[in-house]
Order: sequence, then structure tokens, then C-alpha cells
Amino acid sequence: MKLALRELRRQPGRFAAAGMILTLIALLLMFLGGLLDGLIRSSTGAVRALDADVLVFSSSAENAFLRSRVEPALRATVDAVDGVEQTAGIGVLQFGARMPDSDPRDLLDIALFGTELPLQSVDALPGEGEVLADESLRQRGVTEGMVLELGPGRSPVTVVGFTKDTSYLGQAALWASPQTWREVLGENRPDQLLGPDVFQALLVRLAPGSDAAAVAERIDEATGAATASLTVIAAADTLPGVQEQQATFNQIIGVTVAIAIVVVALFFALLTIERAGLYGVLKAIGAESRSLFGGLVLQAVVLTTLSCGIAAVAAVGLDLAIPPGSIPLRISALRLITSLVYLLVAAVVGCAFSLRRVLRVDPASAIGSSS
Amino acid sequence: MNEQDGLTGDGFTEHAPAQGWGPALIMEKARKVYPMADSEVVALDDADIVVEADEMVALVGPSGSGKTTLCSIAGGILSPTSGRVVVGGVDISTFGPKQLTRVRRELVGFVFQSVNLVPFLTARENLLVVDELGRRTGAPARRRADQLLEELGLADRAKNLPGQLSGGQRQRVAIGRALMNDPELVLFDEPTSALDTKLGMAVMELIRDEMKSRGIAAIVVTHDERITQFCDRSVHMEDGRVL
Repeated sequence: MKLALRELRRQPGRFAAAGMILTLIALLLMFLGGLLDGLIRSSTGAVRALDADVLVFSSSAENAFLRSRVEPALRATVDAVDGVEQTAGIGVLQFGARMPDSDPRDLLDIALFGTELPLQSVDALPGEGEVLADESLRQRGVTEGMVLELGPGRSPVTVVGFTKDTSYLGQAALWASPQTWREVLGENRPDQLLGPDVFQALLVRLAPGSDAAAVAERIDEATGAATASLTVIAAADTLPGVQEQQATFNQIIGVTVAIAIVVVALFFALLTIERAGLYGVLKAIGAESRSLFGGLVLQAVVLTTLSCGIAAVAAVGLDLAIPPGSIPLRISALRLITSLVYLLVAAVVGCAFSLRRVLRVDPASAIGSSS
Repeated sequence: MNEQDGLTGDGFTEHAPAQGWGPALIMEKARKVYPMADSEVVALDDADIVVEADEMVALVGPSGSGKTTLCSIAGGILSPTSGRVVVGGVDISTFGPKQLTRVRRELVGFVFQSVNLVPFLTARENLLVVDELGRRTGAPARRRADQLLEELGLADRAKNLPGQLSGGQRQRVAIGRALMNDPELVLFDEPTSALDTKLGMAVMELIRDEMKSRGIAAIVVTHDERITQFCDRSVHMEDGRVL
């Protein structure tokens, strides 16, 4: 093992090409992972920010707010379910918003939420005609006190504060009281106007000690399957496009890891061929195949860790260099560690292809042919 | 190999000899046969040889005569197809690969034809690699490496890489490496073939002095008759047979 580390230290040039390729692969992996995390965050932030445990949709809505309707009678049934402490209505509308004095075609993509429950990070709901805005809108020039005009009806709402990480399907969220939301809905989408006390979905807070998944099941049982209830975490995952994004990116990440395996396998296979003579000598003087292969794996692990370290610095640098809001990139420590683990596994698997070659090195080769 | 406790486990115990006062090598009717498609090739044909504890034997013969095979079997690199091989009192005739690895690590020293030092290790580290491959002894091994380098006139070259050493110095480092495990038997495979005549003779003198001063047995494989003058006796081989 010491031998392997010394070779890495004293002949770094020998590993430079593989190290460079591994660094680029690691950077790609971290960048892809960061994009995935950023996309998921910008899609699900609003749902994750809800101060509730369970989301209740109508059963035919397929977990989509726009298709869902919860009537007061259904809500009363949910209220009566064991484990439910409180219910609150919620609805959302997506449309364009104009800033004062902006070009008429320069619209902000926003999602207006009307909710009876304040968010986790907010103490109280805004007043009538007021909204809390997602912080990403600051980069677009939205400021506190600004009046935004929503939708084709140009419904005015005043921004009274900002919330963090509350994007919805890539759009910045505005948070309003149910009354404000209904007014904007009526002015812009009269065909979708809901009756009094009717909401698109229900937020459920649980009684202490209750299990969210179990309560969700009980709600659907109590409503005779008229509802489809999900924990808030599950609801975030079932938002339109989220699973597709995850699947697509995870496939790309998988292919990248496979490429890393091939790179490590090829590099260390070549290195093993090149070292066959040295391995023969070392075996002749008493080295075991196990320790020679262990040295090979150690070199791959150290090389991969160093490459990931350089790539992590580059990824964080990219994250800082890219202007906020331009690309949904989110480099997190967890993503960097996950990428390292993937590549370490790839390195070990890649090395495994050289095992047979190491085992086959004949110590007799060190003292010429064996006649 | 005078440390009795170094010969425990891996099948060594039942063979553990009274070390240091028997022949370094006993080979009786040792035979090595390689099966071919329709026939077989006899690389070593019932070879008998005894090398005493402090004896230096030149193994002479043309290419393909079986010198390397004999040497490989004596050094625990190859197993004989049949016959008996005893190294330092340990009967290794039936040893498997794992036990033979230990034989090479603890009972035998090798000096290869092309020296074959580890290129990225210093002279001192090339000696210490022997300790690192086996049971690490740490400080005693470092002391022994320093002592060997001193005795081989390489103390001031201890931190040099092989590439920074002359051919003769590299050969001396290789000899030091072969002596690191305090072997019963050192096998020299054409030790002067890569050196010019003058340096070759000097290296042979050094080998003879080192082996004799330590009382270690040696087999020097060579096809150069001039080398034989440095050895106690010559053993000739032809067609796999010891003549």
C-alpha cells in the first residue's frame, strides 16, 4: 500500500491524464446533479414550504391543483378524520405579472397561491390585495411595496415581503390570502372561479403523534375515495414533470458513472500491463497478488478523491459565477459527497477488471523464461 | 533465516527445520514437466543438487538447458512436478502458491538479470520494500537497510532513485535487497550480463565477498565461464539435466 502511495506521489505525471479525465467526469457529474437539484428545488419549493403534513386533492385531479376541487362537505368529512387537527384550503393560478413601467410584453412568470395557512417561514398571511413574493423575483427587479399587475385583467397586488425557496414548477410564487386569490381568479379566469368556501385542495395539519401516511390513507377511506391524499413530501415528488426530470437526469448521471467505470478500467488495465514486469519482480520477492491489487485500488481511490476535490472546487466556483436565476443550478454538500461516492464505486469496479491480470502475473517472469 | 518464529503458520511449522546448520538447498530427483498439446516438455529432468549453507555454486549451461527452471524451483517460484526440494531445511516440494510466496519472502533472496529495482523508490526504500511486503518490523528493518547500504558502500546514495545510480550501484542495491530478509539462499540470475567486463568482475567479487562474509549460500546462474572462478564449484546443465 505504501508502495502505491509513493508511486502516486513521485510519479504524478503518470496519473495526470486519468486524473484530468476523472476531474472532468466528476465536474460533469456534480454539475448535472446540481442542475437536477436546482430544477427540483425550483419546481417543488412552494409545496415544501407549506406548513402542513398532508395535501388532499379530489380523486380525479391526479394530484394537480388546477384539476382539483374540494367542496365544503368533503372538507367537513376530512376534518372529522382521526389524526386531523386542522384543515386549510389552498389554490393556485399561474399567469404573467407586470411590473410598473415595464414593457407590456415583459411579463414575470408567477404562480399565485391563495392559502388559509401561512407558510412555515411566515407568521401571518398578507392582508387583502397584498402578497408575499418569492425571493427569486428580487433579481427581476421586484421590490417591497411594488404593485404588480396580475394576468390579463391586470389585478393589482402589493408586494409586502419576500419568501425563500418557494418556486412552483419553475415559476416564482406569490402568496396571498384566499380572498385576494379569489378576486384575482375572478378578474382573470372567471370560468374557473370557485364557489364560496370551495378550494382546489386542502392542507392538513396532524394531531401530535399522528403518522402522515396513515392519516392520508384514513382520509381517502373516510371520503369513500373521493379524495387522493398525499404527504407533503410525496406531493412534491408527484408535481407535474418532477419525476420525469429526476428520471432523465438520473439516467444521464448513470451513463456518466458508467463512463467513469470504463475510464478507470481502461487506465488501470493499461497501467497493469505496463507494470507486469514490476509486479513479476515484486511477486518474486514475496508480494502477494492481494496486496498488489490492493495498491491498485488504493491508487484509484486516491486519484478519484483528488479529482473529485478539484471538481468540487470548480463546481462551487461555477455556482458562484453563474448569475442567480439564469440557470437553476444548486451545488450542495450532499450532491458533492454523493458524486464522490458514485465515482469511488466506479473506481473500485473499474479496478476490478484488472484483478485477473494482476493474478496472472507470473513471478517466474522476473527471472527470465521458465524454460 | 535464523529467526525460528519467522517460520510459523502457512504450513511452515511442520517443516520447521533446525536452521543454519544443514544444506541451504537439497534437490532430489526434481522434475518439471510442461504439458503441451500432444506431448510434454521436460524442463528439468530428475535434477539432483545440494548447496551447502555457505557454498557458492555457479550454474552453467546454454540457453534452454534448465538453469532458470532449476533456479525458479529452488527459489519457490515454481513447484516441481515431482521430486523433493528442501530450502533452508524446509521441504517446499508440495507447497502451494501462498506458502511459496512466504518461502520467497523469508527464505530466499533474488538478484535479477536486469536488476529490476522499483524505479520510484530510493535505494533505501528498495531495500525496505522487502520488509513492507512481509511482516513489517519497522525500526529493525530500517536499521538493517542502513547497515546493508553502509556495507555495500552506498550509504551516501541511500536517497537516490535507481535512475540516479550507475549500473554497478544499482546492482549493489539489488544485492542489498536480496539480503534484507537474511535469506538461506540467494539466487543470482545472470548478475553481470548487463555490465561491462570490468564492472562485471567487480560485481562478482562483491557478491562473493558479501556471501562469504555472511555465510549465505548462493547459486549464480550464468553462461559466462569467467564467472565460475568466483564460485566454489560449477554445476553444468544440459537439456534439463544436471551433468
